Amino acid sequence: MTTKVVTVTSGKGGVGKTTAVANIAVGLAQLGQRVVCIDGDIGLRNLDVLLGLENRIVYDLVDVVEGRCRIRQAMIRDKRLPELYLIPAAQTRDKSAVSPSDMVNLCNELRSECDWIIIDSPAGIERGFRNSIAPADQVLVMTNPEVSAVRDADRVIGILDAEEKGPVSLIINRINPVMIKRGDMLSVDDVLDLLAIPLIGIIPEDESVIIASNRGTPLAFDNRSKVGLAFINIAKRLMGEEIPVSQMENQGFLQKLFSGRK
Amino acid sequence: MIKEPPIIQIKGTREGLMVNIGGSDWDSQVQNLIDQINERPAFYQGARMVLNVQTHVLHVMELSKLRDTLSDYGLVLWAVLSESQITEQTSQNLGLATRLSKPETTEPDIIIDPFQKDKALWIKQTVRSGSHIEYHGNIIILGDVNPGAEIIAVGSVLVWGRLRGLVHAGAEGDEEAIVGALDFSPMQLRIAGKIAVSPKKNTKGKLEIARISGDHIIAESWNSAK
Repeated sequence: MTTKVVTVTSGKGGVGKTTAVANIAVGLAQLGQRVVCIDGDIGLRNLDVLLGLENRIVYDLVDVVEGRCRIRQAMIRDKRLPELYLIPAAQTRDKSAVSPSDMVNLCNELRSECDWIIIDSPAGIERGFRNSIAPADQVLVMTNPEVSAVRDADRVIGILDAEEKGPVSLIINRINPVMIKRGDMLSVDDVLDLLAIPLIGIIPEDESVIIASNRGTPLAFDNRSKVGLAFINIAKRLMGEEIPVSQMENQGFLQKLFSGRK
Repeated sequence: MIKEPPIIQIKGTREGLMVNIGGSDWDSQVQNLIDQINERPAFYQGARMVLNVQTHVLHVMELSKLRDTLSDYGLVLWAVLSESQITEQTSQNLGLATRLSKPETTEPDIIIDPFQKDKALWIKQTVRSGSHIEYHGNIIILGDVNPGAEIIAVGSVLVWGRLRGLVHAGAEGDEEAIVGALDFSPMQLRIAGKIAVSPKKNTKGKLEIARISGDHIIAESWNSAK
């Protein structure tokens, strides 16, 4: 299988990019894939915390780019899954420490080492974002059902279009069926209507996400978690499995009611 | 490959480094530019660059590659000037400026080609947030115009889709200009010097045409406008 580089991005901050990267990476690794995730958020690294690997960082992305270590030395192996690795971001530098072509070269070097490279893009549309999308074969745009997040996602999709990056698909995070039913939240259809790109997953809102991120154990490890399941389904869809989005994620009664409207 | 003689001029301006790229073969001219930068990398570090590519016709691949290469040298490419409409479109797609701010001189403006009432720019794609489309004529869009997008036309604007962004028709003062859309709910609408904000909020828009009537912009459904 040829290695695929997947970048998760959103424009707006705080919509759940890092959570998505951690969970999709765990999901793919559980399916027996060799996965390397790269934290593209130099200066504000988080992915190591979500994966529970922060105390094992010795070398980081900038060390690799600036030639202070070999790529293998910066790849931290997960204790739980033997084929899941993290290349952390540097915390003491900023985005300009790495250039788009550095990222392309790095990913090309990694292609022989793994099946999937998942890149966690920083918020914004500046250097860090450009670095993260430069090597991408596929882009997942993440949004919340909020007008501001959707607006930023739209902007990002426009830039990806212009740069001819793709295919681009959409993850809608923090769906709250009760609020949608009350008319207080944009529905999945409202978001799709505006953004007009294929949907690859819907993640329900759930406070267990916060607990999981504090503990450093992504929910994809817990197959009873609805959120974990939703991310595992995204991993399966990336692998080419055809799982209809609406049936799997809409488990709640209200959600069923809502999706029945379609 | 025989290298063309360098037809590159670099000069410092208020807008940053102005680089003129002439000649016929793009790749060898780019190589010339990179060679020049390599001679004095410290001089270029951190500079903002305007590229005047004259008649070169550039597509996304070429321009984004050059932009990324320049960023490796710490150069920020922020504007591309061109005589080719394709190159201008490419630059706008990549979020680069295509004209510099007007110099503050008292000299009369150079007369640009007169506005042709029957000329239209044809755009067949969704215009997303952050996109900016400007044309010296009419604009026809087959697709949606999303919130946060800007469409500026010297003539009229027709949208075969949902209009939810900002539109300015008659941008140089033509009060006869109109704006029409299949689903008409622009965030803000300007015709010539008048501004209107859509009174509707989250309602399903319908086929409407807006024009100036007396002192105001009015929008009416297609049936009554006929």
